[in-house]
Amino acid sequence: MDLSLSTETVGDRTVVRVGGEIDVYTAPKLREQLVELVNDGSYHLVVDMEGVDFLDSTGLGVLVGGLKRVRAHEGSLRLVCNQERILKIFRITGLTKVFPIHTSVEDAVQATD
Amino acid sequence: MTEGDGMATVELLFSALPEHVRTARLVAAAVARRAGVDEAVLDELRLAVGEACSRAVGLHLSHGVAAPVRVVLIEDEKKFSIEVGDDAPRPAPVGAASGAARPGSAQDEGGDGEDDMGLAVISGLVDDVEVTADETGGLIRMSWPTTPGAMAS
Repeated sequence: MDLSLSTETVGDRTVVRVGGEIDVYTAPKLREQLVELVNDGSYHLVVDMEGVDFLDSTGLGVLVGGLKRVRAHEGSLRLVCNQERILKIFRITGLTKVFPIHTSVEDAVQATD
Repeated sequence: MTEGDGMATVELLFSALPEHVRTARLVAAAVARRAGVDEAVLDELRLAVGEACSRAVGLHLSHGVAAPVRVVLIEDEKKFSIEVGDDAPRPAPVGAASGAARPGSAQDEGGDGEDDMGLAVISGLVDDVEVTADETGGLIRMSWPTTPGAMAS
């Protein structure tokens, strides 16, 4: 299982749909994608994790890195996730306090804070 | 091959490359399932092994250690243990010496202390975990209870 990535622009938000496994091997691809988006001027990101089967701390690190990048431009990074096993990793690491986590892409796209 | 008193083990050695970590996760989960570890915790076990292996791979790469990463899966009567060993030497413990190289200071751009986060995930997931390290390398030992009779059914 590899990592799949696709992006879509919804209003002023960019939705990144992630599928597959985010681990030490695949996380660099996600990092590249996020860096590229920010470099291209997309500062309001929604990362849709619904297709993610596996996430480890390397993936968390990449998401935190993405958040730091968009915040440098007064942007935002929101997550979409309903999977308990993925949410648990955010809870264990205390990152539920760092990332706004939404139940749907629609919700995340409309959210303002 | 005798089965009985002795502990059944599976050993896995892999070159310190990120692409092999997934293989280690899959093997560990398969052996754990066979040993009778509850299905409900297999996800956590898979994640914990992955974290331990990712950390070992990172340490071997950053220290230029050519030796493979070691994973030992031990099936005991009442528990299933996993040991992930690395050969990356740790400096002898020093006091609060200022100006010394900070651990994890070789972070890449956006590194964000992933190593610490890996250990945080492991300790959050696994009740029985032991992390040790010395000048010859490090070892993470984790264990989970097994369900008696799960194998027989």
